[in-house]
Amino acid sequence: MYTTGVTSPQGVWWKPAHKSEKIWFTISFIWCLILFAMMPFWHFKGGQNPSGIRAKVNPADYQARVTQFIQDYRVGTENGIPVVAPPAGSDVYLLGQMWAWTPILQLEEGAEYTLHLSSIDLNHGFNLYPFNVNFQVVPGYDYGLRVTPTEAGDYRIVCNEFCGVGHHLMVGKVIVTESTDASGGDR
Amino acid sequence: MNTHGADAPARGPFRTCPTTGLQVHNDADNLIKANAVAATVALLVGGLTAILVLLTRWQAVHLLDAEMFYRVLTIHGMNMLIFFILFFEMAVLYFASAVILNSRVAAPKVGWGAFGLMVLGTLMVEWTMFTGRADVLFTSYVPLRAHPLFYLGVILFAVGALTVVSIFFATLVVAKRERTYTGSVPLVTFGAITAAIIAVITLVHGAAIYIPTFFWSLGMMNVDPQVYRLVWWGLGHSSQQINVAAMVSIWYLLGALTVGAVVVSEKVSRTAFVLYVGFISMASAHHLLVDPGFGSAWKVVNTSYFMYMAVLASMLHGFTVPAGVELGMRLRGFTQGIFGWLRRAPWGDPGFSSLWLSVVIFGFVGGITGVTFGTEQINIIAHNTLRIPGHFHATVVSGTAMAFMGITYYVIPLIFRKKVAFYGMARWQPYVFSIGMLIFSMCMTFAGSFGIPRRHWDITFAGAPFDVPYSPAVNLVMGVMAIGGLLAAVGGGMYILITVWSVFFGKPLGAEASKAALEGSVPPGVYNRPFLQIPADDTEVKEHGWMGMMPGTMILVIVFLVAFIVYYFANWKLLSFVWKVG
Ligand code: HEM
Ligand SMILES: [Cu+2]
Ligand SMILES: [Cu+2]
Repeated sequence: MYTTGVTSPQGVWWKPAHKSEKIWFTISFIWCLILFAMMPFWHFKGGQNPSGIRAKVNPADYQARVTQFIQDYRVGTENGIPVVAPPAGSDVYLLGQMWAWTPILQLEEGAEYTLHLSSIDLNHGFNLYPFNVNFQVVPGYDYGLRVTPTEAGDYRIVCNEFCGVGHHLMVGKVIVTESTDASGGDR
Repeated sequence: MNTHGADAPARGPFRTCPTTGLQVHNDADNLIKANAVAATVALLVGGLTAILVLLTRWQAVHLLDAEMFYRVLTIHGMNMLIFFILFFEMAVLYFASAVILNSRVAAPKVGWGAFGLMVLGTLMVEWTMFTGRADVLFTSYVPLRAHPLFYLGVILFAVGALTVVSIFFATLVVAKRERTYTGSVPLVTFGAITAAIIAVITLVHGAAIYIPTFFWSLGMMNVDPQVYRLVWWGLGHSSQQINVAAMVSIWYLLGALTVGAVVVSEKVSRTAFVLYVGFISMASAHHLLVDPGFGSAWKVVNTSYFMYMAVLASMLHGFTVPAGVELGMRLRGFTQGIFGWLRRAPWGDPGFSSLWLSVVIFGFVGGITGVTFGTEQINIIAHNTLRIPGHFHATVVSGTAMAFMGITYYVIPLIFRKKVAFYGMARWQPYVFSIGMLIFSMCMTFAGSFGIPRRHWDITFAGAPFDVPYSPAVNLVMGVMAIGGLLAAVGGGMYILITVWSVFFGKPLGAEASKAALEGSVPPGVYNRPFLQIPADDTEVKEHGWMGMMPGTMILVIVFLVAFIVYYFANWKLLSFVWKVG
């Protein structure tokens, strides 16, 4: 005798599952294992992982580091924001602050950089246009991501974590120049 | 519920429902009513603000200014996700304990106290939001700061909810002790128990974050932004698991009420519910996959609830719910072909259509996108884009809210003892709401894959230092999104009109109500009681191959799996095109 969802099963309800349920259970279970295995797999074989070098950082220290970084590699100014061209393989510092990304980065196609993200006030969101790459920028935490720009071009950084009424004004810029070959990937 | 005939004498504070023969305790009646009314008010506020938010995100209209947009978005999120959903769930808890088990409510006075506390908390939060003292969105990420009463209101609301959960457990004990039922609790109640256990875990996380944050807002202590995100999502995501468990319970309930769906195997369904409980606290990780505070091993283990055991549970329910409908109908003679039962199902019963739409959209859109975006690496191309609200409007709205709306069409005659007003409109309501929501959430998800941010006032970036020229396709997609959203809003409006009218101006169901008098104004499950008609002889449905007695469902779930696999791997492919990052 079958029960419905609102009838009380009488006696023991721990009875063998129906065959088609067993089949579906098995298929689902295998699929869940695949879902799980894909993540470690991508860490070994894939090029995009959110691992990074992660550390706590005092906002004031982070700001000082960004200032130093700008001084070291500044090549110009655009819209009042410094443009910085760090050497391939170096540490790159980006600061999120209501409501600007500082500085403008000039990177080289095919070279690897360690891109540090942090904020000195609220949470901000790093969104790379047009590639749709997203990371959370949290005050007090330094997220150092090893990035390799795969294509030359003109990129934008859009803030996609709500950070007050000026949230929509928070747009930064990254310029990726064509690879100069010899130094590409040089560290 | 099943054991009492229509002629059972009313005992004490109970009434016997004239149409179903249910014994309903007056306190349960009134507490369900009060919570359902509060839920509907919240839904109304949430719905009106939804339209304002929608018309602002639709760049062609761009209705509100920036400050109002974020304020109204905060109001929408809080009213919908917290107040509407939780008030409704309080009603579900009373229903699943007192009504289904024919019991009295333990401590009804405390129930009213809890209700009062929840209303008070709600009013405090509403006041801070409407007066611009809490423009922090429903996540209120520290160090965004709201007025202290915002946090205090949430705390009071949560204490009230926790009290109702305790009353629910106490009622179970009362029912058991007073022998109001025999055997084990029905599956729907079992599901509600898991929802209630998850609610306890969730509310503990809630206390752990809102109490410190309250003191922080008074300037009395520090709260680390990353720790806030971790613990807040322990609340925020676990509470979605309450919604899922409550929704699945209602699926079984609606199946039983509308077509007499059977439980194919109690063991499988109950085990699946238990799986929800086991891994619940881990879900917070879904929101922290691209955060700096956590390492990859932690992310992988947690985001998958230790190897996707909760996903497995949902996939099991996704099979057993339609399978129960199929088998229930086959047992009643709808045996033609593979899909004869589906073709001849009562599509005009808003309870049944809601059930079906909820299952299908929750699974195909909400579930598939959720698992995909919750994958550690794929989250890189989803986090904080419109793909996220696209995903959860397909889960908590098209799934949970739709199921809640569907059960209301039964709550009105069973609890409020009123005919459903505008029944012709009620037949259409689930389709309008659900199809609108489907268009809305799919377009949102699609727009998000271009990188369009969520929670964003102006994607033309007027006044920003640099232009961000999104593909013109985005305008089109978001235009269609707006139309879908408006259609859903119309569906929501229909629902509110029908329920409010039925409850306050509806025709009462007379004690003498005959089937003929009910037809056309009450869902057929109420006067046709499908669950009493299972024939003892089920040989007709027994002889089948490996697909067993539910071949239709087997085919449906395989279609689902194929869609899942395609979407999942398409996203890995998309991911592989972006910059290298590690
Ligand atoms: C008529 C139906 C609805 C429409 C048209 C609608 C529309 C929207 C829109 C346009 C957004 C803003 C997305 C963004 O800019 O990020 C939004 C956000 C949201 N909606 Fe809805 N919604 C509806 C119903 C619901 C329901 C029933 C719920 C919950 C049960 C809900 C929960 C939310 C939440 C939690 C957010 C996120 C708020 C935030 O990001 O802070 N919505 N909705
Ligand atoms: Cu920002
Ligand atoms: Cu922002």
